[in-house]
Amino acid sequence: MGLGYLVKRLAVMVPVFLLVVTLVFFMIRFAPGGPFSGERNVSPEILRNLNAKYHLDKPLMEQYFSYLSDLSRGDLGPSFKYANRTVNQLIAESFPVSLELGAIALMWALAIGLFAGGIASMKPNSFWDYVPMSFSILGICLPTFVIGPLLVLVFAVWLEWLPVAGWNSWEDRILPSLTLGFAYAAFISRLTRGGLLEIRNQDFIRTARAKGLSETRILVVHSLRGGLLPVVSYMGPALAGIVSGALVTETIFNIPGLGRFFIQSAVNRDYTVVMGTALLYFALIFVCNFFVDVAYALLDPRVKYE
Amino acid sequence: MSRASAIQTIGIPLQPEPAPKGHSLWGDAFLRLRKNKLAVTGLLFLLVECAVFAFTPWVAPYGFETQDLSNTLAAPSALHWFGTDTLGRDLFTRVLYGGRISLLVGVLASLVSVLIGVLYGATAGFIGGKLDSLMMRVVDVLYALPFIFLVIILMVYFGRNIVLLFIALGFTQWLTMARIVRGQVISLRQKEYVDAARTMGVTQFRIVLRHLIPNSLGPVIVYLTLTVPTVVLEEAFLSFLGLGVQAPMASLGTLISGGVEVMEIAPWLLLFPAAALSLTLFSLNFLGDGLRDALDPKGAKD
Repeated sequence: MGLGYLVKRLAVMVPVFLLVVTLVFFMIRFAPGGPFSGERNVSPEILRNLNAKYHLDKPLMEQYFSYLSDLSRGDLGPSFKYANRTVNQLIAESFPVSLELGAIALMWALAIGLFAGGIASMKPNSFWDYVPMSFSILGICLPTFVIGPLLVLVFAVWLEWLPVAGWNSWEDRILPSLTLGFAYAAFISRLTRGGLLEIRNQDFIRTARAKGLSETRILVVHSLRGGLLPVVSYMGPALAGIVSGALVTETIFNIPGLGRFFIQSAVNRDYTVVMGTALLYFALIFVCNFFVDVAYALLDPRVKYE
Repeated sequence: MSRASAIQTIGIPLQPEPAPKGHSLWGDAFLRLRKNKLAVTGLLFLLVECAVFAFTPWVAPYGFETQDLSNTLAAPSALHWFGTDTLGRDLFTRVLYGGRISLLVGVLASLVSVLIGVLYGATAGFIGGKLDSLMMRVVDVLYALPFIFLVIILMVYFGRNIVLLFIALGFTQWLTMARIVRGQVISLRQKEYVDAARTMGVTQFRIVLRHLIPNSLGPVIVYLTLTVPTVVLEEAFLSFLGLGVQAPMASLGTLISGGVEVMEIAPWLLLFPAAALSLTLFSLNFLGDGLRDALDPKGAKD
C-alpha cells in the first residue's frame, strides 16, 4: 500500500466534506422558522438586534462564506441558545463523555464478539455454537432503544444492582455501554465465526495441523489474521452505528454527551450547534472509515490499491 | 383386443405424454422457501399482521384516542389485553395502530429506495463506461455518509411530516440496491440469450423489458425484504427520539418511548410495543434471509 493511495483517499474526503457542509448549511437556513421564532413576546427591535448580533441579517451567501472561513480556522461560532458560549466550548464539554461511552461500548463489542465467535467456530453446530449464535440473533434484531430499557428494567429497577441513569461513578458506565455495544457484539460474533470457519478449510491450516501444531496456536497464529478480515471491514459501519446509536443511549440514560446535546439543539433550532455537532460527527466517521481501510490493507496482502 | 390397447402395444401412447413439469425459478424458490421453518413462520406472522393492520379500525376493541381517565395505567386484563397507558387509552388498540404506521412507513420508504436504487443502478450498468464508473464512485463516497444525521436535521427543520419521513428514509437506503442492480444488469448483458436476442433484432427496449428486468427481480425482492426491517428500525429510532411520527399519530417507536417513561410502575407499556416491534423485525429478517437462500441456492450462507 503506497503513500499515494493514502493521500488520494484523504483528498477525496475534502470535497465530500465541503459538500456536506454546504448541504447542511442551506438545509437549515431554508427551513421555515428561525432560532428565535420560538421565544414569545420578542419585540421586533430585539429580534432585529438578535439577528444582527449573529449576522443573520447579512445576505445568505455572505453568511455561508464567513461560516466556511471560520470553519477552516476550527471556529464553529457562537451558540444561539446558550448565551455567551461558543459551540467549541459546548463540544469540548460533551464530546469526551460520548467518546468514553463509545470506547467502552466498542470494547464490549470486540471482547464479547470475538470471544463468542471464536468459541462458536471451534465446534460448529454444537451447544457452544448454538447458544452464542442464538444470542447474536437477539442482538441483531433488537434495537438499542429496546435493549437499553429492558436492561434498566431488569438490572436497575427489579434487581437494583446498577443505577438507572446518570454518568458519575463507574457503575453508571456499565448499562449504557452494554446497551450500545450489544448489537455490534452480536454482529462481530457472527462475522468472526464465519471468517474463522472459512479459514479452517484452507490448505495452510491443514498444513499447520499436519505439522502437529496445537489448536490454540493454529487459531491465534494462523487463523486470526485472515479470519478477522470480515470483522475489520465491518468496523467502519460499526463505528458509524455506535456514533449514531449513542444518540439514543445518551437519551435513555440521561448522559450529558454530544448525542443528547445534538438532539436537544436540533429541537431548539440552535443553528450553529447543530451544524457544529453534525460536522463533527461526519468528520469522525470519515476519519474512522479511513483508518479501517488502512487496517484492512495492512492485514490483507491481497488488497492492492492503485 | 380393443383399438386402444392395440395402439398401446405398438408403442404409440394414446394420449400425448404430459410435458415434463417445468420448474420455474419462482416455483423452485417457493419449494425451497417452504422447507425453511423460520422463514415460513416469519411469513405467516407477517401475513396475519398485515391482515390485522388492514382491518385495524374494525378489529381494534377501542378508539385510538379514546381516553378513560378513571382507568389509567391499568395492568393487562380481559378488558384491556395489553393494559392502558397514562391517559387510560387501550394499549392493544394503540399497538395495532402504531404497528400499522411503522410497517406502512417501512414499506413505503423501502419502495422509494428501490425506485431510486433500481433506476440509478440500471442506468449505470446499462450505459457502462465512464458514466458507470463515475456513478459508482459517487455511491462509494455516499456510503461513508451517516445519513441518519441528515434525516434528523431534515425532520427537525422541515416539520415532522410523514410523507417527508418516508421519502427521507428511502433516500438513506438506496445505495446497496443500486450496487446490486448494476451488478445484475452488467452480468445479464453478457449472457448468451441476450446476445441471441440482439442478433435476432430484438429492440433494446424489449431486451430490457423481457430479459433484464425479470432476471434481476429476484435480488431486488430479496434486498427489498431486508430493507423493510432496516427502515422500520430507523423510523422507530427517530420516533423514539421524538423526531419521527408526530401525535396524534403514533408508531411503535413512539409507544416504546412512552413506555420507557413509566416502566418502573407499568412495565407492560414498554414490553408489549417492544415485543411487537421485535417480532416484526425478526419476521422480516428471517423471511428476507429465507428468500435469499431460496432464490440463490448457490449463494453463501453465513
